[in-house]
Amino acid sequence: MRDISDAVTKKDHYEKVSGTARYIADYDVKDALTGKFLYSDKANARIAAISLPEFPPGYSCTGGNDVPSINEVIIVEKDMPVFPTEYVRYIGEPVLLVTGPDPDVIDELIAAIEVVYEEEPPVYSPEEASEIHFEYGYTKGDADKAFLEADEILEEIFHTGYQEQAYMEPQGVIASYEDGKVTVKGSMQCPYYVFRAVKHTTGLGDDRVRIIQTTTGGAFGGKEDYPSMLACRAAVAAIRLEKPVRIILERAEDMASTPKRHPARLRYRSAVSGGRVTAMEVDVLLDGGAYTTLSAVVLQRSLISAAGAYDIPNLKVSGRVAKTNSVPSGAFRGFGAPQSFFAVEMHMNHIAGKLKEDVLAFKRKHLVRQGSATSTGGIFSDPVILEEMIEKAADMSGYTDKMNLYGKMNGRYRKGIGISVFFHGCGFTGAGERDIIKARVRLDKSPDGRVEILVSNTDMGQGTKTTFSKVVSSALEIPMDDILIENPDTDRVPDSGPTVASRSIMVTGYLLEKAAKRLKAEWKEGERQLVEENYVHHENVPWDMDRFFGDAYPAYSWGVNIIETEVDMATLQPEIKGIWAVFDVGKPIDETVMRGQAEGGLLQGIGYGSMEKMTLKDGRIWQSRFTDYMIPTSKDIVNMKCEFIENAYRFGPSGAKGAGELPLIGGAPAYVASVENAIGRELCSVPATPESIMETLRKGGTE
Amino acid sequence: MIEFELNGKKVKSERPASHRLLDVLREEFRLTGVKCGCGEGECGACSVFMNGELVNSCILSMGRIRGQSIITIEGFRETKRFAVLQDAYDKTGAVQCGFCTPGMIMASEALLSRVPDPQEEEIRDALSGNLCRCTGYNMIVDAVLLAAKEGKGIW
Repeated sequence: MRDISDAVTKKDHYEKVSGTARYIADYDVKDALTGKFLYSDKANARIAAISLPEFPPGYSCTGGNDVPSINEVIIVEKDMPVFPTEYVRYIGEPVLLVTGPDPDVIDELIAAIEVVYEEEPPVYSPEEASEIHFEYGYTKGDADKAFLEADEILEEIFHTGYQEQAYMEPQGVIASYEDGKVTVKGSMQCPYYVFRAVKHTTGLGDDRVRIIQTTTGGAFGGKEDYPSMLACRAAVAAIRLEKPVRIILERAEDMASTPKRHPARLRYRSAVSGGRVTAMEVDVLLDGGAYTTLSAVVLQRSLISAAGAYDIPNLKVSGRVAKTNSVPSGAFRGFGAPQSFFAVEMHMNHIAGKLKEDVLAFKRKHLVRQGSATSTGGIFSDPVILEEMIEKAADMSGYTDKMNLYGKMNGRYRKGIGISVFFHGCGFTGAGERDIIKARVRLDKSPDGRVEILVSNTDMGQGTKTTFSKVVSSALEIPMDDILIENPDTDRVPDSGPTVASRSIMVTGYLLEKAAKRLKAEWKEGERQLVEENYVHHENVPWDMDRFFGDAYPAYSWGVNIIETEVDMATLQPEIKGIWAVFDVGKPIDETVMRGQAEGGLLQGIGYGSMEKMTLKDGRIWQSRFTDYMIPTSKDIVNMKCEFIENAYRFGPSGAKGAGELPLIGGAPAYVASVENAIGRELCSVPATPESIMETLRKGGTE
Repeated sequence: MIEFELNGKKVKSERPASHRLLDVLREEFRLTGVKCGCGEGECGACSVFMNGELVNSCILSMGRIRGQSIITIEGFRETKRFAVLQDAYDKTGAVQCGFCTPGMIMASEALLSRVPDPQEEEIRDALSGNLCRCTGYNMIVDAVLLAAKEGKGIW
C-alpha cells in the first residue's frame, strides 16, 4: 500500500464470503445442552410461587437461587439480577433457564411451568415515572439573562422512538465448565465486560474465567451490554450442570427482550436576539426501562450533544433517565447523540423558518470553530473544518439551487432537500480512558518475523482486524500477510478496552501504532519479542463529572449530510432521490472500510428517521419480527455520495479519529428536513412515517 | 426417509417431513454457511437453490425436498462464478459482518444466471429479499455490477 487509506483485501474476507467463518450458532459442541428462557409476561409483579412440571432425565431449570456467588449482572451498576427471585420488572425478563437435549421438549416444559405473579401497577410512561435512574444537568453562561433580553423565544418538543439494532446474527453464547474453569464463547463486542460480569456472578478468580469472542454478525451497540447478561445466565447453568450450555436467541425473543435505543422526549427553548440564538434551555427525558444498563453514559452523551455543532453562548441543559417497567434501553451506535442531534437540527431549521432566514446561512453563522468553547466549557482545540465540508456537500448536491426551487412546489409529487451538521465525540466521556479503561495492547513477534496483534477489541464487521493490521503493517513496514490477528480470547489478550464509543481505531489503534514503532526500533532478527503499550491521556480542560464541566471527549469527528426526497402527497410516502455526505474522521484507515462505515451508518440513520418504528403496547414490544419492524432493503435506498476530508488528529494512528458511530447521527435530521421542505410543514418526531406525517398535516389544517 | 440431491451428491435424511430444510442442512449435514437470521423467510440469510431457484431454506419443509436438487454456498463456492463474485465482493468492500453474505452471494448468482448484464434497478430488485444491516447495500450492488463486467461470458 502506498497510502494507508488505499484499500486492501480484508483479513477475514474469504472466510466470510465463502461461508466458512464460524459464528456462535455454527459451533458443534459435544454434549452441549440447549438453553431457553421462560420470560416474564408481567411488567411489574412479585413472584409468589413457581410450580414446575416433572422434568424428564437430562432436563432441568436454572434460576436465581442457583447463582453461585452474587445474583447481579455487572454492567455499569449492579441493579440487574442474573435471574429475578422476588420481582419481575418488565415483560420479557428471563425468569428461568430451561436446559436439555431437545429444543422441542424444552418448549413443552416451558409451557408447563406455572409462575404465580402478584401484580403491581406498572409504569410505562417516562413522563409519569416516579423513579429515575439518573439525572444530570449543566449550565453555560447566563441563560436566564439571555431569555430576559431576547427578541423572540421559541419552544418545541421533539420525540424519538425505540430503534432496534437488528444485527443480522441474533445474540448467542455457549458456556462450559471444566476443571473449575468457566469458558464462555459468543457473539460480543466487549470480552472484558463479559469477563468481569461472569467473575462477579460466579465468584471465580481471574484464572478461572475465560471469554472468547466468536465471529460476530453485527452488533451496533446491541452486543455491548446484553452478552454480559446472557453469559452470566449460561455460565450459572453450565457450572451447576457441569455441561456445556448453548443459548442462541430466536429473532423475536431477541427483538422483544434485548436492549435497544432509548426513546426520548426533548424540550428545546431558545432565545433569539439580533437574528442569533443567544441561549438554549434543553430538557431531555430518556426511557431507561427497568434496569440501568448503560443509561448513565447514554444520557451524558445526549446532554453534551444538546447544542449540536453550534456555538450557543448560554445554555441550561438538564436530563433524566426514567425508570419504567419496560425492556431496558441500552447502547446503539450514536449512544444518546442521535436523539439530541435530531432535535437540535430540526429546532435550528424551525427557528430559521420563523425568522424567514435561509436554513444553511442561519446554521453557518452559529457553527463552532477551532478554539470555540464546547457546551460543557471545554475547548474545540483541533481544527474544525465544517465550513469546507458544508461547501463541498452543497456543491456535490446542488443544494442552493434545489433549495431555491423546492419548498414551493404544488401538485401531487413534491421535492424537498434537507441538511444536517453534526459531530461525534470520540472515545469515553472525560478522562474515562485514563481512569476507567486503562487500555493496554501487545504485539507478539515470533522468530520467523510474523507479528501477532493482541488486543481485546472485536471485529464485528466494522473491519478492525483489517485496519489494526494495516496500522501495524504500515508502522513496521512489513507485509499485511505477516500480521496475524485472531478473535480475542481473554486468556491471550490484554484488556485494551471495549469495542464501543468510536474508540477502537483512535485509542487502541494509536497504541498499536506506538507499539509497532517501538518494535521496529528494537527489532531483532530470529528472536521472539513482546512489546506492550499503555494508554497515555492528553487533555486541555480536565473533565469534572460532578460539575459536568470541561473537555467531554478527547477528539471530535464531524459530518454534513444532505438528503433529497420526493413526497407523494396522496400517500405521503417520501422517496429518496439523493444522498450526499462529507465526513471528517481525521484520516480514513482504508477508504473502502470507511465507505462501508459511512454508508451503512447513514442508512441506519435514515431508517431511524423514516421507517423503523418500534413501540410498546401494554408493556410489550409490539414489533418483534422483520415482518413488522421494517429495516431498509436495497430498494429503499439510492446511491450515496460520501466524501472524506482529511484533518489529521495528533493522537490517532496516521491521524485517524473515531468513525464508527458518526455516520448514523445525521441521517434522521437530514431526511426529515427534506420531507419538511417538500410538504411545507414542521415535523418534530421520528420515525417520520407516512402515518405520522399525515397526522402532522391534519393538525396543521388544510393548505 | 427423504432422499434428495445436495451439492451434486445423492443424500438421505431420517428427519420428519415437517422439519425445516435449514435445520437439516445445518445440523445433519453441518453446512453452516447457511445462516438463520429470522426463521420466517424475511431476511434471506438462509438462501439456497432448489432446482436452480433461489429459496429461503427456513420456510421449506423437508417434505418438499424429496427428489429435488439443493445447492448451498458450500456447493456453489467450488464454481468459477463464485470465484468471480467473491473477488468482486472483495474489491467493492461488500462484506462487513459477513452474516448475510452467503445469502447475498446466492441472490447475486440467482440474478446473474438469469440476467448476465443487469441494470442497477434489477440488482436492487434481486437483492431486496436479503437484508443487510452493515453496508447500506450500495457496495453490494456495486459488487454485482463488477462481477457482471469481470465475469462476462460465464453467466
